[in-house]
Amino acid sequence: MLPYLLSLPALLVCIAILVPFVTAAVYSLQRYRLNLPYLRGFIGVDNYIDFLSDPAFWNTLRISLVYTALTVVLELLLGLGIALLLRRPTRFHNAVSIVLLLPLMTAPAIAALMWKLMTNPSFGILSYLVSLLGVHDFKWASDPSSALFTVVLVDVWVYTPFIMILLLAGLRSLPRQPFEAAALDGVPASFVFFRITLPMLAPYIITASLFRLLDSIQQFDIIYAMTQGGPGDRLMVFQVQAYLEFFQYTNVGRSAALLMILWLITNILSNIFIKNWLRLRARAHGHG
Amino acid sequence: MDHSSLAGRIFRGVALALVLVFFMFPIVWILMMSFQTNEQILRIPPHILFEPTLSNYQALISGQLRTTAGNLEIPFMRNLMNSFVLSSAAVLLALLLGVPAAYAFARFKFRLGESIAFTLLSFRFAPPLLVLLPLSLYYQQLGLSDTYFGIVWVYQLIALPLILWIVRGYFEDISPDIEHAYRLAGHSWREAFTRIAVPLAGPGIAAAGLLSFIFCWNNFVFALILASADKQPVTVGALAFVTASGIQYGQIAAAIVLSVTPTLLLALYAQRYLVEGLSLGAVKG
Repeated sequence: MLPYLLSLPALLVCIAILVPFVTAAVYSLQRYRLNLPYLRGFIGVDNYIDFLSDPAFWNTLRISLVYTALTVVLELLLGLGIALLLRRPTRFHNAVSIVLLLPLMTAPAIAALMWKLMTNPSFGILSYLVSLLGVHDFKWASDPSSALFTVVLVDVWVYTPFIMILLLAGLRSLPRQPFEAAALDGVPASFVFFRITLPMLAPYIITASLFRLLDSIQQFDIIYAMTQGGPGDRLMVFQVQAYLEFFQYTNVGRSAALLMILWLITNILSNIFIKNWLRLRARAHGHG
Repeated sequence: MDHSSLAGRIFRGVALALVLVFFMFPIVWILMMSFQTNEQILRIPPHILFEPTLSNYQALISGQLRTTAGNLEIPFMRNLMNSFVLSSAAVLLALLLGVPAAYAFARFKFRLGESIAFTLLSFRFAPPLLVLLPLSLYYQQLGLSDTYFGIVWVYQLIALPLILWIVRGYFEDISPDIEHAYRLAGHSWREAFTRIAVPLAGPGIAAAGLLSFIFCWNNFVFALILASADKQPVTVGALAFVTASGIQYGQIAAAIVLSVTPTLLLALYAQRYLVEGLSLGAVKG
């Protein structure tokens, strides 16, 4: 009886989350517009079918996937590189790894505002620096051709330390033996990296990238604070699109359907993640 | 990798310097901007050396912004206070709800426990708007849309999974034998929990609490959707301030500095717990 009593409050919170979630699923099957309440009614999967022929939906899907792929790959490469640089636990390296946590602990919405100030076309320091390089009138987030680049840059600034810190922990927990043996045998560094370091680090890399994948495909804060999905529909990722459908076009049904699709995508990804996470956890407990 | 070769060391030194510049420059630059007047900020080329002014902070703290177009009220200090109130209350509630549950999950293997733990974990990965948008309609009907409690309640979505999963790991690492011995000595279950288990898991509970505080503080979308203007935390308030004032760049920079300082200090203080917390204990060494 006791364990049930103890977990009752947490159970209540679960239910309180599940109710709006189920509601969203029901909304996604309805024609439901806040400004036209009398038209409300069940329409089956029509909201979903409408997406198939809607270029705005395909744009959202495409931008979300491109944004996710770019941020995860860049952050992974950069994070791995930095973790390798800081691998030896010297006092200086530890200090650097702590300082690098600061962008990660900055609220992403606030980070977007910081970069907005730095990329301001009239006085932004970054606009000034690129003008020194001969690129004048670089419009950063307000130009359709560079908007994606700019928000990806902010995302990389905020979240690369996340990958770095996880991979650094992984690198430092690797057994020393294979590396010492390789050094004794005079094995070339590239061979050590690709045949020993990388395979042994793989579980950490998978965990870190899945974490980022899940967050990145749901990115809202940085993009909303920076451009609200613009210019035009250039940065209209899932959650920004759903937010606008709800609050600007008051189309609850469509907004819910969009989020259900996003949920489906993240659910597939998070199942992979949780399985992998459990395996790692079991292994950690097995050793300790 | 060869540590001894000179070329290798130079390469590593330069690479580290570039990394530090990229990640630290924005913070340093915004900090410098926050001590400049608008005229100083608008100078081209930008000056590294300048006469610092506290006027931006004074304007934010007094809540009065004098511009040529007239006086502008900025409720930024209120936003700052809201952030403190909302995040602290959310973490306290999450600790009250989460620590006993984490203990139950760690000590008694039961089906419901696993289901709850996994439901919460999977919602950590669900799109926040999926829950928030229907919730905003419910909140309007329930009269919660304009209350601190309503926001503190949804912040449980952030804080509770974190606390449940981190603290559970700490409880699992404590041998149940000590508690058994204590209970054999005639103490009740509750005494064993409060006098033995909780103090032993103390560092984990503190770490989970600090991390939850940081994540609640940094959250944007929950309050954007659910908080009315007078309940908004700094993340939403800063954006509103940018939209309202537009060109008061010095004050915007100062507002940014004030909004990030608490979490950055906490992060530096709690840095050794961050790794575990960030990965929900996945890479516990």
